[in-house]
Amino acid sequence: MSTDTKIIDSLVEGEYKWGFVTEVESDSAPKGLNEETIRLISTKKNEPEFMLQWRLKAFRHWLKLEKQEAEPKWANIKYDAIDYQDIIYYSAPKPKKAGPKSLDEVDPEILLAYEKLGLPLNEQKRLAGVAVDAVFDSVSVATTFQAKLAEIGIIFCPFTEAAQRYPELVKKYLGSVVPYSDNFFAALNAAVFTDGSFVYVPKGVRCPMELMTYFRINAADSGQFERTLIIADEDSYVSYLEGCTAPTRDKNQLHAAVVELVAHDNAEIKYSTVQNWYPGDPVTGKGGIYNFVTKRGKCEGVNSKISWTQVETGAAITWKYPSVILQGDNSVGEFYSVALSNHWQQADTGTKMIHIGKNTRSTIIAKGISAGHGQNTYRGGVKVLKSAVGARNYTQCDSLLVGDKCGAHTFPYIEAKNSTARIEHEASTSKVGDDQIFYLQQRGLPKEDALSMIINGFCKQVFRKLPMEFAVEAQKLLSVSLEGSVG
Amino acid sequence: MSLLEIRNLHAKVENHEILKGLSLTVNAGEVHSIMGPNGSGKSTLAQVLARRENYLVTEGEVLLDGKDLLAMKPEDAACEGVFMAFQYPIEIAGISNVYFLRAALNAIRKYHGKKELDAMDFIPFYKEKMKLLEVDESFMTRSVNEGFSGGEKKRNEILQMALLEPKLAILDETDSGLDIDAMRIVANGVNAMRSPDRAIIVITHYQRLLDYIVPDFVHVLVDGRIVKSGGKELALTLEEQGYVGVEAEASATAVAV
Repeated sequence: MSTDTKIIDSLVEGEYKWGFVTEVESDSAPKGLNEETIRLISTKKNEPEFMLQWRLKAFRHWLKLEKQEAEPKWANIKYDAIDYQDIIYYSAPKPKKAGPKSLDEVDPEILLAYEKLGLPLNEQKRLAGVAVDAVFDSVSVATTFQAKLAEIGIIFCPFTEAAQRYPELVKKYLGSVVPYSDNFFAALNAAVFTDGSFVYVPKGVRCPMELMTYFRINAADSGQFERTLIIADEDSYVSYLEGCTAPTRDKNQLHAAVVELVAHDNAEIKYSTVQNWYPGDPVTGKGGIYNFVTKRGKCEGVNSKISWTQVETGAAITWKYPSVILQGDNSVGEFYSVALSNHWQQADTGTKMIHIGKNTRSTIIAKGISAGHGQNTYRGGVKVLKSAVGARNYTQCDSLLVGDKCGAHTFPYIEAKNSTARIEHEASTSKVGDDQIFYLQQRGLPKEDALSMIINGFCKQVFRKLPMEFAVEAQKLLSVSLEGSVG
Repeated sequence: MSLLEIRNLHAKVENHEILKGLSLTVNAGEVHSIMGPNGSGKSTLAQVLARRENYLVTEGEVLLDGKDLLAMKPEDAACEGVFMAFQYPIEIAGISNVYFLRAALNAIRKYHGKKELDAMDFIPFYKEKMKLLEVDESFMTRSVNEGFSGGEKKRNEILQMALLEPKLAILDETDSGLDIDAMRIVANGVNAMRSPDRAIIVITHYQRLLDYIVPDFVHVLVDGRIVKSGGKELALTLEEQGYVGVEAEASATAVAV
């Protein structure tokens, strides 16, 4: 039997190690979606009136879209219809006040859960150099280093808290990059989003530590709808990390998030994601998270820069296109991505770079890995408007196949309306060969290590862009996700 | 006990019998050369000894230091001391040569319960071998075999062999695609590896490499069997008479006996 056949046969052995459930008492809204649900969420969050009105407008728009075609149909993914009335839209662990005050008020079970995930929140153990906002189902349960960051004017807090304490900022920027009318899932998120992180870095401040939000879905039958908003004012810099996991469950759960980034003159935002939602049962494909996410950044100011780095190893379905609107002259957009589809996972992911300002530059490096019955699609758009004199884009899109039952697909869209634009696109598809694995084995490496080495080599350009701790994590994650991929 | 004992080995590739009763004994300290025409089974023998999966052994046995080599996985055979220098070394994109070499060495060290080397400890190990194979520092930072010339790839194979210090090294047509200078460097590397506790099997078409790596024994492999064995002078006879001549002579002898 060839290595390939064995790869397929043994794919079943992969195991999801973050699938535990935390026993906490929750305060949940009844299933179903209507104006009542939205008013309930807004009341629970003690939001200013403008938020409720915005939510309701979004909801009405969503209702219209749902009647028309519901979810967008153009993506290269297949899944059972989602019943939006069968989802819990708000679930918070008890006891719950307006926002987390101190760690003493957080349920010890939850603290334990984060510790198990490798993210201890208490003072003695917390990660040095990383401030963490821990979002558990619909609420933020703790945010570390908040006070320390506040000393230099940086706001890092749960979205709920931001809406109460900084309504002017929220009002100004909310929906400014991803309006509620952007797409079906963006409209849904705007209507029902429950928490997420808010970051504001003032003029001239370089954020001294990594900011991180860790999203954990725990409750059954619930969806997670978070919203993150990051604003980097003139001459500022911030690096933000995002991680996510969920328990092993038979039923699919919906995660529809929105992330908006705004970079003013000379500001830089670096946004890194390691997405590891429960991918579904490796054998049957049952369960897993439906990950429908809208992420977009706006380089509003001159010389600003937004860089997305993502490692997508989890979720049953990933539908996600972190994009950059390059509005300011000389602004820079980057997208570095590794997307893995193993077992029955499907990923349709990529980016959009929209060049508006002069001499705007963008780089896209996308690495897709397909194994088992996984289907991996890269979908990327490069759009150069008439105003974008001297715009440049470089795209490199590589696919790697492990075994012969998986698929890799590439859909690049290029649209240039300015003749001075320079656009380069390189693409490759390769297969992990028997001979590569044998070569490494012949040098003493076990088969699994051999595969992991080949894949890590393939992803190197992207891993290099991740902050140190995350890069190590990502490598480990990738080898765990591929565990059992070879016989 | 011999280092390598091959008895009546039969092997198939895709249902095609290639080795048809090959027997060979190799002792530590010896250099054996296996020569033979295209399709005679030279590379198949190398692949079987390295435990490549799609080579099916149907009969016979192979003992390495008395252990059943045919029961070993490729990585276990490697850790037990079998090294094969590939005829066509494989490229691994994005993995630096130095990282790969250390990973390989550590896999073998781990197998033997020895402490794994960190990046710093590893430096003196490879520095010395680099000199032997006349390679510069950039050789170590480049991705494994990616963009290497034919000669560089072969030097890299011998560099790996020098680092991993196998008990049994099998050189599968290492001379193919080498110019005279590269051949000299590669041969120097191999000769430096000759030692009383190591055996080397040199598989080649041509006598030329054997001017540089002088074997103790030469075997002629035809149609899956060793038809004639001798000392280093047999290689010269082969050069003069060709495989057909030697084979004819061998079968005539067999009939006479």
